[in-house]
Amino acid sequence: MENFTPLSSLLGGALIGLAASILLLCNGRVAGISGILGGALHPVPGDTLWRLMFLLGLAGAGAVGALLRPEAFIADPKRPILIIALAGFLVGYGTRLGNGCTSGHGVCGVSRLSPRSLFATATFIVTGALTVFVIKHVFGGAP
Amino acid sequence: MKRALSAFFAGAMFAVGLILSGMTKPGKVIGFLDLAGRWDPSLALVMGGAVLVYAVLSRLFLRRPTPLFELEFHLPSRRDIDRRLVIGAAIFGVGWGLGGYCPGPGLASLMAGRLPVVFVAAMILGMLAERWVGTQVRT
Repeated sequence: MENFTPLSSLLGGALIGLAASILLLCNGRVAGISGILGGALHPVPGDTLWRLMFLLGLAGAGAVGALLRPEAFIADPKRPILIIALAGFLVGYGTRLGNGCTSGHGVCGVSRLSPRSLFATATFIVTGALTVFVIKHVFGGAP
Repeated sequence: MKRALSAFFAGAMFAVGLILSGMTKPGKVIGFLDLAGRWDPSLALVMGGAVLVYAVLSRLFLRRPTPLFELEFHLPSRRDIDRRLVIGAAIFGVGWGLGGYCPGPGLASLMAGRLPVVFVAAMILGMLAERWVGTQVRT
């Protein structure tokens, strides 16, 4: 528990919830990142600009953050590039097949007590934990 | 114009939340998933904080007949738990545990190094592959 950061994590989480609420109030949309990106990959007139602007804000503010606070982006443990590529592919494939990720299911769907989202969130936390268990405790890789 | 600006603002604020909460550090995410090791419960508080704020504000905002800059709310309405959902979430979890990135932090980290760029490129490829497989199965 030595890495536990309760205050900044709670505050950061509240800010994520506030951002998702603003998107709902202004644009009437669910802030599911995989859904927003997935929809932008197959543009439909009238339904694309807001997606691109949201993604631009996300990546843009992230870029500013990376300049100001590079320590907040430290990629440790360092995974081999092929593992990261495999991870990315599985995340992209799985979130589209399952219609959501940590934000769409984990935050917005869980808030609405959607049975689909509650089930999906429990599922990806369990398979994520199993994956970390296998890497760390079976193969003995970096934690 | 308003729609574009509000979406941009929401995206930027979302990124600040991710950075502040530690989600842009893959090790932090993996620490949360490492139940059998040195468990770091921080991520539970990230989700808890986000769910708490969104649960209250979204209920308040959904009392309005329409959003501010759109004609209607676009909300998911399905409630059935089907195979696609379960298999998709399971596959996503494996990728999440492998890399420590989910889609939001991956995108927010794009300018922070080579690994997130590879992650996001592969993620887009995975999304396109899912779409392609879907069209093959249906035809």
